[in-house]
Amino acid sequence: MTSADTRSQKYPVGIDSVSMAEIERRVPAGEAPPLPPNAQLAVIGKSIPRINGRAKVTGAAPFTVDVKLPGMLYARLLRSPLPHARVMSIDIGAAERHPGVRAIHVINDVVGRAVETTGQNTPAGTSGRRVLYVGDPIAAVAAVTPEAAQAAVDLIKVDYQPLAFVVDLEDARKPDAPRVFTHPVHGESFAGGNPAGAALPQQGNVLGPNKSGSRGDAAAGFADADVVVEHEFRTQVQTHCCLEPHGLVADWRKDGLTVHMSTQFTAGIRAELAAAFGLPLSRVRVIVDAMGGGFGSKSSAGNYARAAVTLSRQANAPVRLVLDRHEEQIDSGNRPATVQRLRVGARRNGTLTAIAIDTYGTSGVGLGAGIGNFAQAIYDCANFELLQSDVFINAGPGCAMRAPGNVPGAFALEQTIDELAEKLGMDPLTLRERIDLSAVRREERRIGAARFGWNRRRAPGSDSGPIKRGLGMAQSLWGANVRTNSACEVRIFRDGSVEVLSSVQDIGTGIGTVLAQVVAEELGLRPEDITVRIGDTEYPAGPPSYGSLTTASITPPARNAAYQVLRKLIEIVAPSIAAAAGNLVARAGRISTADNSRSIGFREAAAQLPTDQIGVVASRSDDYAGFARKMGDMASAQNALGGVQFAEVAVDTETGIVRVERVVAVQDCGRPMNPLQIESQVQGGILQGISYALFEERILDRHTGHMLNANLEQYKILRSRETPAIEVHLLENYQGMSATDAYGIAEPSNIATAPAIANAVYNAIGVRLRQLPMSPAAVLAALGRIPQRSGPT
Amino acid sequence: MLDTTLPDFLASDAQAAERDAVGPGPVPLTLDVNNVSHSLFIEPKTTLAEALRDSLDLTGTKVGCDRGACSACTVWLDGKPIAACMMLAIDVGSRKITTIEGLAHGDELHPVQSAFIAHDAVQCGFCTPGLVMSCAALLESNPTLTIDDIKAATSGHLCRCGTHPHVHDAMLDASRIRKT
Repeated sequence: MTSADTRSQKYPVGIDSVSMAEIERRVPAGEAPPLPPNAQLAVIGKSIPRINGRAKVTGAAPFTVDVKLPGMLYARLLRSPLPHARVMSIDIGAAERHPGVRAIHVINDVVGRAVETTGQNTPAGTSGRRVLYVGDPIAAVAAVTPEAAQAAVDLIKVDYQPLAFVVDLEDARKPDAPRVFTHPVHGESFAGGNPAGAALPQQGNVLGPNKSGSRGDAAAGFADADVVVEHEFRTQVQTHCCLEPHGLVADWRKDGLTVHMSTQFTAGIRAELAAAFGLPLSRVRVIVDAMGGGFGSKSSAGNYARAAVTLSRQANAPVRLVLDRHEEQIDSGNRPATVQRLRVGARRNGTLTAIAIDTYGTSGVGLGAGIGNFAQAIYDCANFELLQSDVFINAGPGCAMRAPGNVPGAFALEQTIDELAEKLGMDPLTLRERIDLSAVRREERRIGAARFGWNRRRAPGSDSGPIKRGLGMAQSLWGANVRTNSACEVRIFRDGSVEVLSSVQDIGTGIGTVLAQVVAEELGLRPEDITVRIGDTEYPAGPPSYGSLTTASITPPARNAAYQVLRKLIEIVAPSIAAAAGNLVARAGRISTADNSRSIGFREAAAQLPTDQIGVVASRSDDYAGFARKMGDMASAQNALGGVQFAEVAVDTETGIVRVERVVAVQDCGRPMNPLQIESQVQGGILQGISYALFEERILDRHTGHMLNANLEQYKILRSRETPAIEVHLLENYQGMSATDAYGIAEPSNIATAPAIANAVYNAIGVRLRQLPMSPAAVLAALGRIPQRSGPT
Repeated sequence: MLDTTLPDFLASDAQAAERDAVGPGPVPLTLDVNNVSHSLFIEPKTTLAEALRDSLDLTGTKVGCDRGACSACTVWLDGKPIAACMMLAIDVGSRKITTIEGLAHGDELHPVQSAFIAHDAVQCGFCTPGLVMSCAALLESNPTLTIDDIKAATSGHLCRCGTHPHVHDAMLDASRIRKT
């Protein structure tokens, strides 16, 4: 940037009502001027009801599963009933002859898992492919009815040669365990955590260790320590359980492909399908309106979407493929299990001298069962050693799930820090004051402790009766992520109506409402004056809804586009009210001089447009003070996101039942755009955290490889009765980094919950639970009332 | 709360035997949905949820599990909430079905719908129609609600986004408004 393209501006920085100041930033010339703190704004920062609320409460909101196209066919998948087998032959003859069948596709190339460099697949149409888990897709059928498609799937004859398999994490690590992969593997870290990358050692089913992220000299640090705490922690496999199943309607035409898909990333699906089918980006359109939950699992097209597109091309008709609940549970991704051995050393005053973590986990046949960057980044410690390994088992591949890596990572580290505090004779908050350099979390601890009543906390196991109460807390850390490849258009029409357009999708977070707020604020209008068009790649390519980056990525370009199109309008109308364009602002539905002496209504101003509409497309500029890291389209802001949560539990020592009675969460997300919607997301993060801590667990049968609770009644998820009182407090943390200064909230709110509960359970009963879920059986075993069970799979 | 009583036809062996003679091909039947009578020609194995969604295009009723485990498909049968995926359309008989599309009076939302919007008791929205139907039935039968009443009435509903706290807020508010 040359100085000619930039200008200097003063931005508010600091935590509102704690310590506000101003900072000068050089910003690109097209940027909207600095936005004052929320208290001085009309629309941004207000709890505006979500714009599609009415559609959602009346059943009118169109979800992907509701899409019906003329001539639409229905597809079903044939999936492996065996956990490991070689497919010797596939006979589709009878299926082809079944009435109503229009297309059959045998799946030879699979995606979304670790890939062997050689030996896994054989040429199309022949036998020899290995299926690696129960549910591994083999073929797809499209027919005129779902029943006909299923009947045809059942008629496909597959000759399987069963192979030895392993689904237990500990069994899979043994040298003589059946091999999931027999050749070196590579691939992306689908589950989001480390390890990934190439050139890791591979022995048997173990890939790793990956040592990246280590720093300093851990051995020297432990030699310096007065106190060392060392323990092993185990976390289970959690499944996403989006209430709307994964699904799409693929419509292949001569002039291009249109896909209606329940996805977190329309622009990403477009790129993925264009590449997979050799189509130009301009000939692929991806659409999602209402979207029934993703939590990381609807980020890519996967095998099912490729199958549906292939069937549509073959049948020359639209094809609907929607997974059923059983398929959702076994083959739509999951949060990997981990086994983490942590060792933390400190001096008597609490200063950390070393952290060493040796962790392995399983993402099934996928990669990325690591523990993220939590332990690596949250506390001040010069010596940090990290060894991470993936263990392959014959189970469906993991994928990113809300704060991948950091959720299991925080469960282990935050309990270890509490153990260290106890050994040092320090309050957990006092120790964190010493080792946590974040000024934001310091404020969050202060607010949280006061609101929660931390001073009520007593010695562990203080209650004398069978029901024991306890208080605990834990902290959160998550990258403030940004995708710079995020664009948005704002249009003003001659009748004064306004549109904001981007392919960004609303997966339930309410980003459409936030876009209306941003544009309304800039144009001096009301949110209901703005028509929001999103979830369609016909519009400028927006960001994904993952990584807690959506608001940070798309609201600055939305504001800049609104600002720039408004300047165009002002240039046009300024002469009509004899004012200098530079002196005009938009507020309260009018374009006026700063002193309000001359003005014109927004609609009357728009009537002067020489064309039916004008528009400006803007994309995400870099954070004003630069990013901490940038790789391609993705970047991390200089300051990570924090959050502190406090939990109060009651543990019944006779039944082992843990009840979470109250949670206080203090969170930050830069500038909060819509506090009510943010509160919704934080509540959701906490409730998923409680559910992860106490109830959820995928159970695989080690004798058959089948998931035993592949449904929604035996896979236990928190519901209304287990919902505690939740108080959410949001910091306004201004940093002067973009046109909106907003960052994300979804993932940070999900990280601290499980360890806060675990620390509270310890405070209640005086015994630590180092394994998830903290089920009644686990609690009773920890209390010595029943035998310990073996580890999770 | 879901009505767990057996369908009427099971009460009578004679009726059950008669029922056995129907199908598997399509049969004519009449469904009273949102005070409109619909003539359908569908297979007896068709669930009420499928009939509403596929035959009548009333797609507000959602299917999350198709096994009565998530309650996304909750509709009213003679004013009582039931899981539409767990009942065959043919077993509805002359009873009245109310779906999410029939809850509002024209443009005027049911108080529960308005309260859900005001309190942001909605995230992805997939479980929302079912939750609204259970909550509206609760408010109709018990206008003076406690938090425990609300938790009990919605205990069968799976909401993965975690809207429960705002659902509780919305219902307490709707109950307060109804009382005044």
